[in-house]
Amino acid sequence: MKAERPSDDKRWRLVDTTMRRHGHHPNSLIEVLHTVQESFGYLEEEALRYVAVSLRVPMSKVYGVATFYQFFSLKPQGKHTCVVCMGTACYIKGAQNLLNSVESKMKIKPGETTSDGELSLLTARCVGSCGLAPAVVIDNEVLGNVTEAKLSERIGRLVQNEL
Amino acid sequence: MSSDQTLNQVNANNARGSEYSINVCVAAGCLSSGSDKVKESLDHEVREHELDHKCQVKGVGCLGLCSQGTLVAVEKQNVIYKQVTQTDAKEIVESLDKGPVERLKCDTDSPFFRRQTKIVLENSGIIDPEKIEDYLAADGYSGLTTALTEMSPHDIIDQISRSGLRGRGGAGYPTGLKWSTVAKAKLQSDGKKYVICNADEGDPGAFMDRSVLESDPFRVLEGMAIAAYATGATHGYIYVRAEYPLAVKRLRTAIRQAEKNGYLGNNILETTFSFRIDIRLGAGAFVCGEETALIASIEGKRGTPRPRPPYPAQSGLWGAPTLINNVETYANVPSIVRHGGEWFAKIGTEKSKGTKVFALAGRVRNTGLIEVPIGISLREVIYDIAGGIPDNKKFKAVQTGGPSGGCIPAEQLDMKVDYETLAQAGSIMGSGGMIVADETSCMVDVAKFFMEFCMTESCGKCVPCRVGTAQMYEILNKITTGHATMQDLDNLKELCAMVQSTSLCGLGQSSPNPVLSTLRYFPKEYEEHILHKKCPAGVCKMTAEISK
Repeated sequence: MKAERPSDDKRWRLVDTTMRRHGHHPNSLIEVLHTVQESFGYLEEEALRYVAVSLRVPMSKVYGVATFYQFFSLKPQGKHTCVVCMGTACYIKGAQNLLNSVESKMKIKPGETTSDGELSLLTARCVGSCGLAPAVVIDNEVLGNVTEAKLSERIGRLVQNEL
Repeated sequence: MSSDQTLNQVNANNARGSEYSINVCVAAGCLSSGSDKVKESLDHEVREHELDHKCQVKGVGCLGLCSQGTLVAVEKQNVIYKQVTQTDAKEIVESLDKGPVERLKCDTDSPFFRRQTKIVLENSGIIDPEKIEDYLAADGYSGLTTALTEMSPHDIIDQISRSGLRGRGGAGYPTGLKWSTVAKAKLQSDGKKYVICNADEGDPGAFMDRSVLESDPFRVLEGMAIAAYATGATHGYIYVRAEYPLAVKRLRTAIRQAEKNGYLGNNILETTFSFRIDIRLGAGAFVCGEETALIASIEGKRGTPRPRPPYPAQSGLWGAPTLINNVETYANVPSIVRHGGEWFAKIGTEKSKGTKVFALAGRVRNTGLIEVPIGISLREVIYDIAGGIPDNKKFKAVQTGGPSGGCIPAEQLDMKVDYETLAQAGSIMGSGGMIVADETSCMVDVAKFFMEFCMTESCGKCVPCRVGTAQMYEILNKITTGHATMQDLDNLKELCAMVQSTSLCGLGQSSPNPVLSTLRYFPKEYEEHILHKKCPAGVCKMTAEISK
């Protein structure tokens, strides 16, 4: 059975390519969800249904997998992301204070996005840059030895650029 | 292109060669301090000074001393420069025919460099991780060539057993034994066996595997291919964290180049042996480092563990016999095959052979990556290699083994670092993260930090772990806010024992370790919190009033 694409959006082609590469095998579910998230930024319910039908996996299972893994997001992310690493090394070097400062500056909690959709605040288990602790990842760029002042200035610049 | 041709090309390149090689670290640590820009500037300066004929600028893997990035090494001058920025490029290039730039020099005579023994990291910082030619020139794939042309699968397993190599993922299971179990395992109807590389490095504070994959990916592929030949597998998977995009990219490049050069794919090195490797991305679940959970995740399911036995060696991926080893374990294999098991067994202690890569982090002067012989003392690692504690602070504890490990206090600093000694001290070797805490850290808070981690990462399949970790966290929360009584402490101890003995997988069973080890070595800190509502380190914010 061939599932119908949810829309004309060209990004569905990328998703289809991944599924084809794996022969639409049910065990490629996680790989396919990675492609969806890479292409659309998050996993929409519509996308989950499309993947479920295409791979012949029950929707309940697809939802189960999508919610099990922390990397997958069911909500759209902001234009920019700020990931504060909360690994042990960063924690010992004061990552909690960094997180608190972003929380109070942007008035959002980890996992939330500012109301204007500019910035998402996230935490990570460990980004593996422990030698440079504390580390913060802003839009996929790792910043090392971060201080509250440095972070505040960086985020300020980021959000201001959009105005 | 056959391997001979490739080799010839390498030699030709070297002959044409560059008198000087400027190696810029482009592993994740230095990249975040802008090493890609430094490399560009160096490239530019070399062209400006018309030195292209005798100087090449090369991106290489991790040079180790991450806290001093960007690191740049100049091979012929035998120097490493630290904290290099774009503006230093000109000076470095102009110094080539004169003496090195003194102001940027990094003291390579310090214990950080001298005390290391490199096997797994022997190519890190020397070869370009995105060029198979570089790996070949460094004697790469000679292990696989010897294995395929001169050795039987049985010979290889014999060498691995003799080497005494033990799993570097944490538990330390003898690798030779694991391999021979898979080699002897009964085949299913489809006749397939699998080799899996566990690169789901989830322990916070550990970045050894990441660095190996970013600095020398071919080494891991070669180790896997040798393992596949020895066990009779034809298909391999590398399960790597999606949080390590650079490692994933370099692995993909490495697999493509290895296939092109006949070191992966059908009829490797024109023998009858065929082996392919696919990459599977993790999706941020710590429990997937557990082997049965990892297998479930490769199968596209929720990553929950299942009871063992059957062990994956008998029934693993899709029910087929499966060999699972950690990145560092595979990275040791090419050297063992090349130099023989006995050579490897000379390094290390009686029961723990070889070297171990550790990630040094936290409150020490030199943070970064080191490889030392197993059996070295903790004091040597922390005070000599890592340079001790900065800012005149006092050492309090070193945490090893991540959320499954424990905290080791100052009194125990002279202990040897090996699997057994660490276990006796209430911690584990783990994958190799070492995080040093000084007097500004509160041990109860550290225990709470790890319990919060285990609670959130518990997959929820078995009750002791799902409920137990949450209860333990609640009690620790009470202690750190000053609301706990001594009865709570007893309950905590009881819960620890229960969760330890009744959880399904390693995550649950080891989750009480950080609490138990801090209770063992820092009981006073717990008592201060409970009886005097005071945090000696001043970390915890006490909200309770002292009742009289």
